[in-house]
Amino acid sequence: MTAVTVVDYGGGNVRSLCAALERCGATVTVSAEPSVVASSNRLMLAGQGAAGTAMQALNATGLAEALLDAARRHVPLLGVCVGLQVLFDHSEEDDCAGLGLLHGSVRRIEGADRLPHLGWNDVEPLSEHTLTHDLPAITYFAHSYAVTADIPSALAVTRIDRATIASVVAHGSVAGAQFHPERSSEAGRQLLRRFLAWDGDA
Amino acid sequence: MLRRRIIPCLDVSGGRVVKGVEFVNLRDCGEPVDAALRYAEQGADELCWLNITAGDEAWDELLTQVADAGTRIDVPLTVGGGVSDEPHVRDLLGAGADKVSINSAALDRPLLITECAERHGSQCIVVAIDARRSGDDWEAVASGGRRTTGRDAVEWAREAVERGAGELLVTSMDSDGTQRGYTLELYDRLLGAVDVPIIASGGASSPSDIADVLELGVSAALAASIFHDGIHTVEEVKQTCRKRNLPMR
Repeated sequence: MTAVTVVDYGGGNVRSLCAALERCGATVTVSAEPSVVASSNRLMLAGQGAAGTAMQALNATGLAEALLDAARRHVPLLGVCVGLQVLFDHSEEDDCAGLGLLHGSVRRIEGADRLPHLGWNDVEPLSEHTLTHDLPAITYFAHSYAVTADIPSALAVTRIDRATIASVVAHGSVAGAQFHPERSSEAGRQLLRRFLAWDGDA
Repeated sequence: MLRRRIIPCLDVSGGRVVKGVEFVNLRDCGEPVDAALRYAEQGADELCWLNITAGDEAWDELLTQVADAGTRIDVPLTVGGGVSDEPHVRDLLGAGADKVSINSAALDRPLLITECAERHGSQCIVVAIDARRSGDDWEAVASGGRRTTGRDAVEWAREAVERGAGELLVTSMDSDGTQRGYTLELYDRLLGAVDVPIIASGGASSPSDIADVLELGVSAALAASIFHDGIHTVEEVKQTCRKRNLPMR
């Protein structure tokens, strides 16, 4: 069984994410302890809420530094929703700096008829990668901010009216899903299983 | 393309799913977690859990049940009913709810919406509005329809969104539980007034009622009776919607 550490920085979704990972056969540890995170071999960053609040919590607890350490060790890391957004350089939401593990800026979605982008939408693969192997799929989204589809780390995209956002991203061992795999039924489990089997390369 | 959502609603009282007609005459319809799992398997795009028991003891029991449901289902879960302050929202999100709906407490103190949205993000704050016909307009009523507020429902919808609501769950009290179809005129007006997703609720008697309100442009349709009574499955409703070219999962 694959072991994975879910980073607990006080954001939501930790419980449902753990349950989903367990359904995929993972052994899950939830930790708010930087030393545990820094020495883990597989990490997930859940997310709900605002990017600024999440970054504040990650910085204040020392978890931000632990995540950077883990990334330097090429540990597979998957951020979900706001957990994806904080991996980037910057977020327009709360105008905050992110972890800078992925390059680009998180912006309010432009071109959608209604926001938040709430509900099930298509995830279309752009390039061949372990994490996009089961795509296309329909998954559940709940957000108003996103990275645009033209960033270099975009592996899959999602269209919302006149907007196209990056819905799966990865560079090296650092990856993210803008949708919620823990709430996306079988499509979500497929991504989690791919992540659990991923060695951190393309 | 973003799909329209079908949301079975579980009205939960004393740990059981109940369903009333026009918010009275409750009937027992089984265990909520079982019902949630059954609907999720049928293809429900989301589930709404509406707590209709008041009191602290009931609240603790609710959190336990939501935690159980939240870890066992694999579609989003919205929980509401009796949410009166920000700690309630935090409790429910912590227990495993994906979104929390606030109704009367937001009418009593609209700032609550802003506090919750700032702390947890608009995407998980649903403002539920119970609208009752009043002349040519609708009034937002509180406490399950027992309390009038004198507030115009469409104006209240606009204010709720300005204050940070990420979604509106609007129930037409005149048709709720009656199975006479959704009040289309109300949703038409709301769609023109706000730019967040709208969930229509109250009055569905058939798959075509649901297709009617979705065709109007609402993002989701919520229904209880037609699913609880086993008259129609979620998948049947979706098939009807697909035939009418609505984008469904």
